[in-house]
Amino acid sequence: MTAPVPGRPADTAGGLPVGGAMRVMGSETEYGIHAPSAPGANATMMSARVIQAYAQVTRQRAAGGAETRWDYTDEEPLHDARGWTLERSSADPEQLTDQPPVLDAEAIALAYGRQELEADGEDESGSLLMNMVLGNGARLYVDHAHPEYSSPEVTNPRATVTWDAAGDLVALAAVRRLAADAELPPVNLYKNNTDNKSVSYGSHENYLMPRAVPFGEIVRGLTPFFVTRQIICGAGRVGLGQDSSRPGYQISQRADFFETEVGLETTIRRPIINTRDEPHATADKYRRLHVIIGDANLSQASNFLKFGTTAMVLSLIEAGLAPRIEVHEPVAALQSVSHDTSLSATLRLADGRRITALDLQWIYFEAASKHAQDTGVADAVDGDGHTHEVLERWSSTLTELGNDRAAAASSVEWLAKLSLLEGYRQRDGLEWDSARLGLVDLQWADIRPEKGLYYRLLARQRMQRMVDDAEISRAVTEPPSDTRAYFRGRCVSRFGSDLAGASWDSVIFDLPGRGRLQRVPTREPLRGTEALTGGLFARHRDAGSFLAELLGLSPGS
Amino acid sequence: MAGQEQQQPQSRDTEVDEDIPAAPPAPADAQASAATQGVDDLLDEIDGVLESNAEEFVRAFVQKGGQ
Repeated sequence: MTAPVPGRPADTAGGLPVGGAMRVMGSETEYGIHAPSAPGANATMMSARVIQAYAQVTRQRAAGGAETRWDYTDEEPLHDARGWTLERSSADPEQLTDQPPVLDAEAIALAYGRQELEADGEDESGSLLMNMVLGNGARLYVDHAHPEYSSPEVTNPRATVTWDAAGDLVALAAVRRLAADAELPPVNLYKNNTDNKSVSYGSHENYLMPRAVPFGEIVRGLTPFFVTRQIICGAGRVGLGQDSSRPGYQISQRADFFETEVGLETTIRRPIINTRDEPHATADKYRRLHVIIGDANLSQASNFLKFGTTAMVLSLIEAGLAPRIEVHEPVAALQSVSHDTSLSATLRLADGRRITALDLQWIYFEAASKHAQDTGVADAVDGDGHTHEVLERWSSTLTELGNDRAAAASSVEWLAKLSLLEGYRQRDGLEWDSARLGLVDLQWADIRPEKGLYYRLLARQRMQRMVDDAEISRAVTEPPSDTRAYFRGRCVSRFGSDLAGASWDSVIFDLPGRGRLQRVPTREPLRGTEALTGGLFARHRDAGSFLAELLGLSPGS
Repeated sequence: MAGQEQQQPQSRDTEVDEDIPAAPPAPADAQASAATQGVDDLLDEIDGVLESNAEEFVRAFVQKGGQ
């Protein structure tokens, strides 16, 4: 049974200003996971412990349980944006993300012990909790062998930074909880993308786009941008090659793990442009562009630019105004850009010209800037309130990368990390294959502020802060107000014990005394906002009367 | 960072907005030695934070595949 979209308004417009950096978007972070005192521990089990630990934290925070099971009904990982669906039988098992992961009893018993499982490790249906929907509208779950935080949907790059950083605090709360448990080994989490031993794990971005934009235009417009975007938002990496077998330093954590230009896979043969087509929204209106090429960012400025500039380039593509540039052999170009920290190497274009990565970024900047000015969203006063800031930072960062790298090191993550590594190299005479430099690279991304080297630089004001700590803390429990994440998050916080599940595009109520579940679809990402549903939450403390008004029923019917 | 906020988006070629007074520059060698001191302090602090056995820690940091 389905119900109307919450808060269906009389005004059906509800769109965001077009032409600039505003867009429905969100981040996904798979954390590296490491238990130094339990080197043989199963990574999936440890990840499940992280989810479990956060469930315990939220139980403390909100009696009644701010946790809800994930609803897999609308997951379509095998839908390809190019217009077909992969047969399940030909898919790699890791692509089947529409089924709850199953842990075998032996693995569970090994990691937990039977008693513990019975005491706390099970949810009501008897399976280990691997998935949660949080009160801030995010999803926290076990993805393959990593804990993953998927941020709630937001509408602008600053909010993306805020709710992505909130995920790091969620992960930190779980780490602290496990550290306080004398029975379990401490678990550390790392916001990075590789173990430097040929394994990579992702940090993904999601952008909502009108389905009418031809996918071929997205590929053409984005590929040159993605080949070079790393110079403003790469997180930096010690070691060259997937297994770091060659000593050196490179701009991107991820570049060496990409092997093809376009494709459906995310774990093998990784493509620059991913074609997974799960809109998690009204499918004939929207596509969700799933971007897998980015590095996880701790630097707020890098994260801001990663989302802000990409959102602007998508606006260019939607307007048919993307620069007409084709990079020769983009996968090789992606890697040579990453390996060139001097930013002086040139890329060959299909028309024979050779330009630097910086030149190519300036071309995109100028096109995006012109389009944003033409549509009026870039104005500092009368614009959309976000695009101006993206353009300012984009241009100042490119300028600094060209002529003042010391200044850029306070915002561009790969340069900040590099300046720290160069400090060690100079003081201690270390070569790039020194284990100590490898440790600095790893520990850069430790999410504990007392151990993480990014956080040490932040504390010394060597990294720019764009969002203050109070805002990030608030985003751990509060959803964004201007997307459907508001409805989802508030339902979880307020009515957690009355929910059977939730997903990006539904919230499922299970009310006592009602025979069947009530699934509330939320397929319009810009509905379910505070403006549309805040009053409803204010009027009802009780899930039954809340749902009755939402569905237009009289109480008790 | 003074000066970077004032750049116009299209000002790729005009890299400094001269209307904005910048702080008077310190003598070059004083600047350099202050910077070196800052880096030394930073490295000293980080020495105290780094995991103790770098080789062992880096070797043991092994991840399973991800997306």
